[in-house]
Amino acid sequence: MAILVDDGTRLLVQGITGREGAFHTGRMLQSGTNVVAGVTPGKGGQDYEGVPIFNTVDEAVGETGANASVIFVPPPFAADAIFESLAGGLSTVCCITEGIPVHDMMRVAGYIENKDATLVGPNCPGVLSPGKSNVSIMPGDIFMPGNVGVVSRSGTLTYQIVNELTQRRIGQSSAVGIGGDPIIGTDFIEILSLFEADPETECAVMIGEIGGNAEQLAAEYVRSEMDTPVVAYIAGFTAPEGKTMGHAGAIVSGGESTAEAKSEALREAGIRAATNPSEVAELVAEALAGREG
Amino acid sequence: MDLYEYQGKELLRNYGLETLPGIVAGTPEEAARAAEALGGTVAIKAQVLTGGRGKAGGIKVVSNPREAREAAEQILGMDIRGHTVRRVYVEGGAEIEREFYLSITVDRTAKRPLILFSTEGGVEIEEVAETNPDAIVRLHVDPLVGLLPYQVREVTFAAGLEGDAAKGVGRTLNSLYEAFEGLDASLVEINPLVVTSEGHVLTLDAKVTVDNSSLYRHGDIADLHDVEAADVQEQRAQEVGLQYVKLDGNVGILGNGAGLVMSTLDVVAQAGGEPANFCDVGGGADAEKIAEALDIVTSNEQVESVLFNIFGGITRGDEVARGLLSAIEGTGITLPIVVRLDGTNAEEGLRILAENTPENVHTEETMLEAARRAVELARDGGR
Repeated sequence: MAILVDDGTRLLVQGITGREGAFHTGRMLQSGTNVVAGVTPGKGGQDYEGVPIFNTVDEAVGETGANASVIFVPPPFAADAIFESLAGGLSTVCCITEGIPVHDMMRVAGYIENKDATLVGPNCPGVLSPGKSNVSIMPGDIFMPGNVGVVSRSGTLTYQIVNELTQRRIGQSSAVGIGGDPIIGTDFIEILSLFEADPETECAVMIGEIGGNAEQLAAEYVRSEMDTPVVAYIAGFTAPEGKTMGHAGAIVSGGESTAEAKSEALREAGIRAATNPSEVAELVAEALAGREG
Repeated sequence: MDLYEYQGKELLRNYGLETLPGIVAGTPEEAARAAEALGGTVAIKAQVLTGGRGKAGGIKVVSNPREAREAAEQILGMDIRGHTVRRVYVEGGAEIEREFYLSITVDRTAKRPLILFSTEGGVEIEEVAETNPDAIVRLHVDPLVGLLPYQVREVTFAAGLEGDAAKGVGRTLNSLYEAFEGLDASLVEINPLVVTSEGHVLTLDAKVTVDNSSLYRHGDIADLHDVEAADVQEQRAQEVGLQYVKLDGNVGILGNGAGLVMSTLDVVAQAGGEPANFCDVGGGADAEKIAEALDIVTSNEQVESVLFNIFGGITRGDEVARGLLSAIEGTGITLPIVVRLDGTNAEEGLRILAENTPENVHTEETMLEAARRAVELARDGGR
């Protein structure tokens, strides 16, 4: 099994004719993802690499039975694209776009509360279930199918850690980038709960960073609700206060937002925490060995 | 984007918030003239993009133009938490009866706007939260519905306000919420919000932070960006679209992806070194962009060595290596550069580097080894 996306995923790409959208649609098709539709307003009736393009999500869902979407729409129009996907009834929506205004995202977050849907991102690399479905901009070649679930606020740090897992022949069930923005859809807790419920996932990796308190909330969840072992890594110990470190959400603003506070919460919850990315793979190997023994 | 007090107040006035009359001054003479124009007692307030100016001596109350000039002389040029004061705001006086605190922020966890109101104004809210948490009223707003009248009443009743004070604070809250939304702010803070002896509710100090991601639809606010106050390297990076943050150390750092770069900084610190900066060059091996980033990083004179940490994903390691070589060639940098390349086609990339490397380029296989090497080279002095 895998989480969020798998063999049954019928993907719709919003912004399929843009530079990023077109490029990554090609890659997703190459890695075997079932891309059934694209949406670009005004380009309905055309196709891209054999994928039919529609003017609206509603039309695309009606014609193709798409059940998930991935969004490559520029920031000023991206929140609208998320609303359109949610209104269209798609159950998994991945928004790759970086730079969506925070007020737009608060409205999206309010709207999604009454929907039975999962929004992944924005400002994220997407979701990849190795060998099943790739709804992401992640480099598929570094993944291998297996039993480790990965959830992260960062893209390249995920690739780094996944690559080291794969080099040790430790495969992954799914990798989910939840995004580096202050307001995001799904969070660590929701993804960890999906990994906990997934019989195939035997260990979860959680990659956090400075800003907010999502890691603390997740640590408490792991302690009280999870049997699956969790290995964590936090980035940003050297980040100065009040400076945005690349990701809009990665900013130390006192108290709970520091890497120290997050690590402390992880330690208190008894979670294995790595001090550098390479150590993550070592700790995962240990956790898996412990589970077998 | 943080705004100066005088800028924030100007924006808030457009939403109906009341402030005292004030004039911006860049020299002691301008401050004296401003004091004369305003008349009576005035406050000379340092304009800096940081807190704590009161404690640092950045606010002085004076009663005539001569004193205003003297106060401005002392305040202008002052260093407050690393920020040089280049302007003061000369503001009229008022008879203050009560002081409150009012702010609206983005609550990341609740994913909603959060209103904080406290009857203990003039004190930092973090301090009130510790010493007298009951004095703070908290209220979330549903962003799809907006601030409702009953919520405004909840705030004023919980704060124990009556009569004109309740009405005035209520009006202020409504205006401030409109401003918060209208300005795409991530923070609007009035501390203190004062009630004068004549019953006016005034914004005495204002802190406004506008969401950077929204600046494309607020050209007027984007224009307020103070280029002079920005760090030279940070300003250049911003112009070319690189994510760069200057730090105090001597190991320059570049990498792709915010998380990986943050992690690289941490590993350098663990290896006993001090990172000089954060610099995310983004995905891709675009030689021009790498050259630009290298140039910015090394233009910081504290930098003694550079650590270039790249994970080849969709952009393959061999392309990254070629991009890096042409960037080094193009910029003519002689500082020691430690390259750590991992991911897709990393071996091929490392081979290309090994065959063509200029003397100052060293390659390492792991992040930890690369960090140690860069720290050692920085210690030996690269310049």
